[in-house]
Amino acid sequence: MAEDDTIEDATMPVLLLGEVVAGDRLPDLAYDVTATTVVLGALASRDWRPMHHDKDFAVDRNGTRDIFLNTPNQAAWFERFLTDWTGPHGRLGRMTFRMLGSVFPGDTMVLSGVVDEVTVDEAGCGWVGVDVTLSVGDDVKTTCDARVAVPVDADDNPWTRTGTRWQP
Amino acid sequence: MTATADTVDEIRALIGVAQYEETGDFPVERGYIWTTCASVENGNPLFWDEAAARAITDGLIAPPTMLSVWFRPHHWAPGGDAPRLPLQIHFDLKEKLGLPEAVMSDNTIVFHQPVRPGDVLATRQVLRSVSDEKTTKLGTGRFWVIDVEYANQDGALVGVESYTGFGYRRG
Repeated sequence: MAEDDTIEDATMPVLLLGEVVAGDRLPDLAYDVTATTVVLGALASRDWRPMHHDKDFAVDRNGTRDIFLNTPNQAAWFERFLTDWTGPHGRLGRMTFRMLGSVFPGDTMVLSGVVDEVTVDEAGCGWVGVDVTLSVGDDVKTTCDARVAVPVDADDNPWTRTGTRWQP
Repeated sequence: MTATADTVDEIRALIGVAQYEETGDFPVERGYIWTTCASVENGNPLFWDEAAARAITDGLIAPPTMLSVWFRPHHWAPGGDAPRLPLQIHFDLKEKLGLPEAVMSDNTIVFHQPVRPGDVLATRQVLRSVSDEKTTKLGTGRFWVIDVEYANQDGALVGVESYTGFGYRRG
């Protein structure tokens, strides 16, 4: 983390609003979930409930086949998926989650997303709506309707917005 | 047991009233930010590169989705109180309305000002609505919406989580 690191390098994408149209697909993110993934995610979100680290408890008390990913850590996966695509100038406005099933060690989870809306609000902020799904095989486990602000041009930065200029 | 009309009126009188105001036990810190980023392999430079954070977000920030993390207590602390339930109004409603079962159907997080390392956040819970009795395939009960609002030490709103719950008796 040297002070002289440049920020405008090729490893830092800057997605601009004009590059996005409804129907665009985000690059899929596939990840092989292990027990470590589940336990690390639970502890990172300070969730000490045993069904996220103790397989015997999960099986005997919750009736699930194993420990499973907790909700706050899934939110962190959705955030990473979205900002991998927008780059760091992308600023999350809103996410709505619907939990449909559990994700277990041994699952390969796939996050995929489709742009459903591209708008500019009255304050001039550019917004992209994305329908994101987290699936294992053919089963959708969690859906997330996300609204993320991206720059409308190279001089814009959604992170500078406060007060009435930020309407998430 | 079905709630009386008086009970329902009493509960509805709390709609819009801030309850369970609390201040976080510890400041927002980079260790948990890095642990969270590592858990999902999030390389966003805002969380790793101070120069990038200075240029884009006017300094370091925490991942927005970590909002609720800052209110979950340590697993142990000296002389700590009994563990608090994170969504106390939900459990209050179940008890007052005599509804033994409950599910959360969905939740929304809205992000306002960024959360930054060193911030000490405050939270409060606000009941937004309680429906009339409805019957679903789960049973008969009521839907409710609870907001959890988060503000920083300057009083600026940093985010709101909204939870829709359905408390019911098995049909």
